[in-house]
Amino acid sequence: MDLGEINPVLLVASLMVAATPLLLAAIGELVVEKAGVLNLGVEGMMIVGAISGFAISVETGSPWLGFVAAAIGGAVLSLLFVLLTQVALANQVASGLALTLFGLGFSALLGQSYVGIKPPSMGDIHIPVISDIPVIGPILFQHDPILYVGIALTAAVWATLKYTRVGLILRAVGENHDAAHALGYKVIKIRIMAILFGGACAGLGGAYISLIRVPQWTEGMTAGVGWIALALVVFASWKPWRALLGAYLFGGITVLQLNLQAAGVAIPVEYLAMSPYIITILVLVILSADKSSAPASLGRTFHASH
Amino acid sequence: MTTPLLSLQGLTKAYPGVVANDQVSFDIGEGEVHALLGENGAGKSTLVKMIYGLVKPDSGTMMLRGQAFAPPEPRAARSDGIAMVFQHFSLFDALNVAENIALGMENPPPMGDLASRIREVSETYGLPLDPFRTVGDLSAGERQRVEIIRCLLQDPKLLIMDEPTSVLTPQEVEILFETLNKLRSEGTSILYISHKLEEIRTLCDHATILRLGKNVGECVPSETSARDMAEMMVGATLQTPERSGRAFGEVALDVSGLSVPSPSEFGTALKNVHMTVRKGEVLGIGGVAGNGQDELLGVLSGEIQTTADAIKFNGQPIGKLGPTARRRLGVLTAPEERLGHAAAPDMSLTENALLTGSVREGLERNGFLKWAETKSFAEKIISAFDVRTPGPENAARSLSGGNLQKFVIGREVLQDPDVLVVNQPTWGVDAAAAASIRQAILDLAAKGTAVICISQDLDELMEISDSFAALNEGRLSAPRETTGLTVDEIGLMMGGAHGMEVAHV
Amino acid sequence: MIVLEKRPQPSKAWSYATPLVAVLATMVFGGILFALLGKNPIEAIGTIFWEPLFGEFAFYYRPQLLVKGAPLVLIAIGLSLGFRAGIWNIGAEGQYIMGAIFGAGAGLAFYPLDAFYIFPIMVIAGAFGGWLWAMIPAFLKVRFGTNEILVSLMLVYVAEQMLASVSLGLLKNPEGFGFPGSRNLQSYDSAHNAELIAGSGMHWGVVAALIAVIFAYVLLNRHMLGFHIRLTGEAPRAAKFAGVNPARLILFCLGLSGALAGLAGMFEVTGPSGVVSIDFNVGYGFTAIIVAFLGRLHPVGILLAGGLMALTYIGGEIAQSQLGLPAAAIQVFQGMLLFFLLAFDLLTNYRIRAAQSEVA
Repeated sequence: MDLGEINPVLLVASLMVAATPLLLAAIGELVVEKAGVLNLGVEGMMIVGAISGFAISVETGSPWLGFVAAAIGGAVLSLLFVLLTQVALANQVASGLALTLFGLGFSALLGQSYVGIKPPSMGDIHIPVISDIPVIGPILFQHDPILYVGIALTAAVWATLKYTRVGLILRAVGENHDAAHALGYKVIKIRIMAILFGGACAGLGGAYISLIRVPQWTEGMTAGVGWIALALVVFASWKPWRALLGAYLFGGITVLQLNLQAAGVAIPVEYLAMSPYIITILVLVILSADKSSAPASLGRTFHASH
Repeated sequence: MTTPLLSLQGLTKAYPGVVANDQVSFDIGEGEVHALLGENGAGKSTLVKMIYGLVKPDSGTMMLRGQAFAPPEPRAARSDGIAMVFQHFSLFDALNVAENIALGMENPPPMGDLASRIREVSETYGLPLDPFRTVGDLSAGERQRVEIIRCLLQDPKLLIMDEPTSVLTPQEVEILFETLNKLRSEGTSILYISHKLEEIRTLCDHATILRLGKNVGECVPSETSARDMAEMMVGATLQTPERSGRAFGEVALDVSGLSVPSPSEFGTALKNVHMTVRKGEVLGIGGVAGNGQDELLGVLSGEIQTTADAIKFNGQPIGKLGPTARRRLGVLTAPEERLGHAAAPDMSLTENALLTGSVREGLERNGFLKWAETKSFAEKIISAFDVRTPGPENAARSLSGGNLQKFVIGREVLQDPDVLVVNQPTWGVDAAAAASIRQAILDLAAKGTAVICISQDLDELMEISDSFAALNEGRLSAPRETTGLTVDEIGLMMGGAHGMEVAHV
Repeated sequence: MIVLEKRPQPSKAWSYATPLVAVLATMVFGGILFALLGKNPIEAIGTIFWEPLFGEFAFYYRPQLLVKGAPLVLIAIGLSLGFRAGIWNIGAEGQYIMGAIFGAGAGLAFYPLDAFYIFPIMVIAGAFGGWLWAMIPAFLKVRFGTNEILVSLMLVYVAEQMLASVSLGLLKNPEGFGFPGSRNLQSYDSAHNAELIAGSGMHWGVVAALIAVIFAYVLLNRHMLGFHIRLTGEAPRAAKFAGVNPARLILFCLGLSGALAGLAGMFEVTGPSGVVSIDFNVGYGFTAIIVAFLGRLHPVGILLAGGLMALTYIGGEIAQSQLGLPAAAIQVFQGMLLFFLLAFDLLTNYRIRAAQSEVA
């Protein structure tokens, strides 16, 4: 084994890439949960986003159109969740599971003819001067545009929740839907918007895996990233910047274990491969003591009676 | 005569199986405090929801200053100058005061400006409030201030108040009335919903009385006796509960130095509570909602466990025992929240009878359930307490509030408890059911059961209890004999006016 | 405009009818899906639901129904108890894998000894493996309040890596010419979960599934513990008031569902599959979630739903070979079933009524 082969600059740069799908999905779910809805279908929406994005960019040759399609794909799948939980008032846990099971099957069906194809590349942004700064340049300024979209989205969600009226109403709905209803806010409508946003973000995250991170299509390729994103929202105590931090932490672990595998460390591959999941569990244990910041109406069904 | 501020003509709203409002008409004048009087279930809430735009009438019209008025949503009602203080507060615990107020306004100013306006208005009306405090940490009285200030910031023409005094101490009620009088003198009309007759006689210029959804009469409260209004409201003469014999035995329940943290985030911890209840005695515990009532019930039922010696039953320490063990000994409880705490909404009455009855009624053997016996226990409760339901196989949620409450109280009373603790036994229950529940409690005491009745209804406590104590921020005042207690003394036991002051006129 | 109106109490009729309506709706929409894939929908649906039962080769497929149905029912029964109490074990797939590893491992430790007690030991080891894996989320939830959904799910991925590890290492067949995978337990008599009646598909796993159904039925309808499970799911606060200890209930429900999933894995590895290998698990642990809901979390319902789901598996395979229907289409079909079931469940608790527009 040769740990010296691990290049720290590349490591940090690639952890940002590994973190981006997680970040996108987690930011979307964070908004959904802030509105008081628990959508466990993140994994399903991600994988559907992954294949829709992949298929459209292969067909059109444009990764940009692919990402647009991925967002739409994720949102369309989340529309099923809307129908179940907001219209048919079904249990949110069961509906989220249904979404994941359905999404995994549906994506496999769509993706049959795309196995083994290489998608068109998006290319990295290369800004003269700052991209060429040694160390910092390759780490921070030589990435694909979607990675920056993820960071911008985090900032936007943070600012919206904290400073705008829309954000205040969203938080109010998640905190106490009966009171929000009594004040005349459209609880269901606001929640539907949040769920669709979450679906679109998860779709983007999925497409980031199939178009940039890997990049190719295989069945079930999200491999639990959607579930880790759900854990990340808890880790972040429903705060956008902490979600970013968490995503980079998990991205770092993933990249590190891959690098260790490649470097041939004397730990069996399987144990390295299970490490992100075990670390997720550990983090959940450490943070589960503090639930105070969870939206109070999280997971509860709202039905306006008289 | 000038045009009234708001005129209601033939408002009707039906829900499946019940007509909530049937051809209700009345006028509210400018600068008038108008009482809307009625029992629980008389249709008061539905009526105000129509005025506030939360519910649309099936038929009938409303006129605001002579203009047709039909708000499609609360936003529209608010922009027309209608503001409402809800009975169950429409507040968000995790948000701060300013954010809560902003949510109730159409075009709130930036947070900084809003905060200074809140300070300004709250001082003018003697309702001090810090705009940046988290609402979950406020007392019930302070939470009501948030709602009132939210309304006042919009210069309402009509302020609707739904049972505002149920969460206030007598002193706080006085201050609220000062505020309302000041508003009236400024020309604001107030629609005041209550079933407390003396209050209405003190405050209101005019009263409309609803019974079973119909307008059954109007009166000028200051010229009408409370008894006459009560009869209009209930439609029959009510019997006051009676009790025979007040001979107390030995101490049955002895609570000393009881302190427990609250299990919920915005709950109230109990601090060094002392009390004793003797056999045959009814101890009434008053206090404004949210001062530790739920926690006190939980710690007495065994849902919250504490040090063994803090609670003694007939001298035996029981603080560490769970609910089942306490039931076996004879300590029974009935929580405030009927649906979801005292009873499981979607389960049948038979299953709900099993919920607390299994130990004392012998409804299980080695863990296996005796459904036939359980069903007959449920039937016994239904017939002994006149629970109106087609049968024990019906779900708890299909019963009306009063009927379910009779079932819940009956379930405990029929198990022949040595100690019975009830929390808000007649909350949201119609007058007839309330009277029969109170009678059942008194009969139980007469047979030698030690009863603790936690309630926010002071009239009820004065009627049934032998001694009285009040909960205030988790502390219990020293119990005193009920006879001879004045309203002022009770108010002080409840914590007085919680730092309020009279409006600066 | 259409409004929903809560029924005063859940409708019995609809609670029985919804699974049937959901199956019908799935057939219709599944048919549309198959048509979009260029297959004759009627033929495809017919193949899936008719061929395995009454077709030419039904004598071969009928026993397969038991083979596929047993693990589904066994796992779903365990899951349903937890789901009823609001305890969400969604990591049955991982517990299934661990049951297989422990069960097979216990047997292979005795190889090549032949003794009557080996199989019972393997049964216990399999149940223990699943139980142990489920006790991780159970313990973490009780001790730290950690979300059992996420932990149990994460452990599926960990179990899959464990499976890969033992297939390539610890349990690898020393005489397997370097190929991954364990010895074939079908050819080790003392450890083989053989058919009890040749050609019937009836093996010990089927027996265990039937026992589990009866056990769960008695538990839920006749026993205090079952009542407490239902009460906790319906009204957690009322359950605490009734004296239920939530921690104990969590340990029981997760532990039992883990043990049953472990048993299912153990019976599978010692019988129909025979080998511990990387691709041993085929998603029974997830499909069982659908079975549990389709059976309305009722033991008898689960038995029927398990049969139906086994039918779609086998029928799906036939449709795959005869009509070229993609395997994923069957997965979608099963997912749809859960969707429709959850959606139509609305009718159990609500009435749909046309009404003049109302501000809701």
